[in-house]
Amino acid sequence: MNSSFRVCPTTGLKVHAQADALIKANAVVGTVTLLVGGIAAILVLLTRWQAVHLLSATWFYRVLTIHGMNMLIFFILFFEMAILYFASAVLLNSRVPAPRLAWFSFGLMVLGTVLVEWMMIAGKADVLFTSYVPLRADPLFYLGVILFAVGALLVVGIFFATLVVAKREKTYEGSMPLITFGATTAAIIAVITLGHGAAAYIPTFFWSMGWMNMDPQIYRLVWWGLGHSSQQINVAAMVSVWYLLGALTVGSVVINEKISRTAFVLYVLFISMASAHHLLVDPGMGPAWKVWNTSYAMYLAVLASMIHGFTVPAGIELGQRVRGLTKGLFEWLRKAPWGDPGFSALVFSVVVFGFVGGITGVTFGTEQINIIAHNTLRIPGHFHATVVSGTALAFMGLTYYVIPLVFRKEVAFWPLAKIQPYLFAIGMFIFSICMTFAGTFGVPRRHWDISFAQAPFDIQFSPAVDLLIGIMAIGGLLAALGGGIFILVTVWSVFFGKKLEAGSTRGLPPGILKPPSALPAGDADGGALLASRGTMVLVFVFLAAFVVYYFVNWKLLSFLWKIG
Amino acid sequence: MNTGVQSPKGIWWKPAHKTERLWVIVAFVWCMVLFAMMPLWHVRGGQNPSGIRSRVEPEAFRARTEEFIRTYQVGTEQGIPVVEPPPGSDIYLSASMFSWRPVLRLQKDVQYTLHISSLDVNHGFSLYPLNINFQIVPGYDYGLRVTPSEAGDFRIICNEFCGIGHHLMLGKVVVVDGPTTALNTEAVAEEGVQ
Repeated sequence: MNSSFRVCPTTGLKVHAQADALIKANAVVGTVTLLVGGIAAILVLLTRWQAVHLLSATWFYRVLTIHGMNMLIFFILFFEMAILYFASAVLLNSRVPAPRLAWFSFGLMVLGTVLVEWMMIAGKADVLFTSYVPLRADPLFYLGVILFAVGALLVVGIFFATLVVAKREKTYEGSMPLITFGATTAAIIAVITLGHGAAAYIPTFFWSMGWMNMDPQIYRLVWWGLGHSSQQINVAAMVSVWYLLGALTVGSVVINEKISRTAFVLYVLFISMASAHHLLVDPGMGPAWKVWNTSYAMYLAVLASMIHGFTVPAGIELGQRVRGLTKGLFEWLRKAPWGDPGFSALVFSVVVFGFVGGITGVTFGTEQINIIAHNTLRIPGHFHATVVSGTALAFMGLTYYVIPLVFRKEVAFWPLAKIQPYLFAIGMFIFSICMTFAGTFGVPRRHWDISFAQAPFDIQFSPAVDLLIGIMAIGGLLAALGGGIFILVTVWSVFFGKKLEAGSTRGLPPGILKPPSALPAGDADGGALLASRGTMVLVFVFLAAFVVYYFVNWKLLSFLWKIG
Repeated sequence: MNTGVQSPKGIWWKPAHKTERLWVIVAFVWCMVLFAMMPLWHVRGGQNPSGIRSRVEPEAFRARTEEFIRTYQVGTEQGIPVVEPPPGSDIYLSASMFSWRPVLRLQKDVQYTLHISSLDVNHGFSLYPLNINFQIVPGYDYGLRVTPSEAGDFRIICNEFCGIGHHLMLGKVVVVDGPTTALNTEAVAEEGVQ
């Protein structure tokens, strides 16, 4: 039994060979789907950029479907499966129970992915990511999604089983680490999400076979239980990765376990209500339902994110301060390892997710403000800031540590890897900001031709829209370059990279090699180090931006016709 | 003191530091403000997506729309009937692949109940350039009480993907200042000839 474990020379963790292999397999397939989704992204971008207008209408909607499925479902979930194995088996020194079932689930997910890709490319599923009934795709498309979801659900089951096995076999002492706790909340949300997925896609599969009827409004309700909740798996997983990257890069400290863990629990309790965000201007639901659900029961899940938005930077600040970077408000930030792609990815992920993704998300998810946001470019502007600049970038940052720690390879093209998070984050930041502003002019999302050249009436968007879309395209291409570099670096490192030499510390987590020391004597609760003064300034800047953006949108809304 | 990858030792359920507690309280208060704004706007604000909501079979909605067109049609534009309903009435707009029917001529500062529904798949109602957006779901009648507050030419963009001709789906609303029906009819007739 012991022979199937290796001891990580850096962290001292016992790593099960099966966990190693499963993490690698999921990461590799995840990267392949990222490449497919990325190529689709460039094609979509070059079509929406009216000056280029690359694809035909048919191929635009087809490639947009491919982009959505690969990025929002396949890439993200394969990576999350890897994170679940890491957070359970690796962090808890445990074996993976039922490895054969684990590989079977992986096989199901791959099979489902291949089926869906095949249907989309063959033009038998031009229904976009949401596949709103009664738009109809080939039954095999729905079947592929179902197989993928069942596979993912089994992996979540194995994750929970690992927690039980680790506890019973006493592979760790005390409570599980915060990151495992966070991953557990992601796994619980995944069960809720995949349950909605089954409830949406199994009847839809039957409907596509002609065996039953579907109500389009109920489909939207249940489907968004999958569509939005799956992004909440991302949030919980991403926040866990924030804590993890903080620990790996600068040895950041968990300021208060109680607060951070309670915030994760708030995600579980409330976040699956977010299906309502997509139904705020739908005819099927009433105002009370909309207000209660869109606010996650009085914004308690937003509270959770605002708490993590404090504790993650505060943890970094304290981790840096106990290492001697105590001068002024921001020495800890100035002298941070900005050349470490794990660290820069972490910071950009937190900042863009919070300032752009979070603020716009809460604002557009307000019942009435949704009238001036629904289905405009403001919506993809919002979720490219959350899922891409937030989640995907955090996962990218983590990959720079997965390569040495799990694959035991040196990160290739190090100078390129160092600038990759900058290119990607700045590109995505420009992209999502411009997209959001273009949306305020009413530019629709998911639209092949906003010049309406062949439509019965004419329409001419403000020249500002052309400008914004042009800059958006440049930002998108910059991000695509960053994404391309990421794929080059990871694929090259994993398949052709130099094996990590014993004793070499290159690319190994400095935060772990140099653990945080205890607080200096006399600096107990209430002391200067724990006050997180720098972080306090940052979070109040954030709050100010939030308040301004939120009320500006109410003002914009008030200029409209009376509607009720 | 531990990082997130280590198991915390001993009892970790401890009171938070005062700065952290301060932020949690501030964030909680802000969340309550966010929540209160929505019910408040229902009472005090002028724009709410409540409407009169009911189920309707697509065929029944088609029949209602056609009846509405027959009763109030004043012309034709691009082959689409132009309708000028009396102030304050119930008006019907049907969405189907890939057109809006009919073209509406409304009066400024008068409240109408705008019924929108779809005859086939999901569509999106987006009034350009005001950026007013509503989802249109087949089988559901969304009755929105709207009061146009400015005169002008408006467009209805479909902003929910509805199929391969989605980008062709553009409708029209005209808002006129005051009840100048005769003049308008003349103008419409001219447009109809073009």
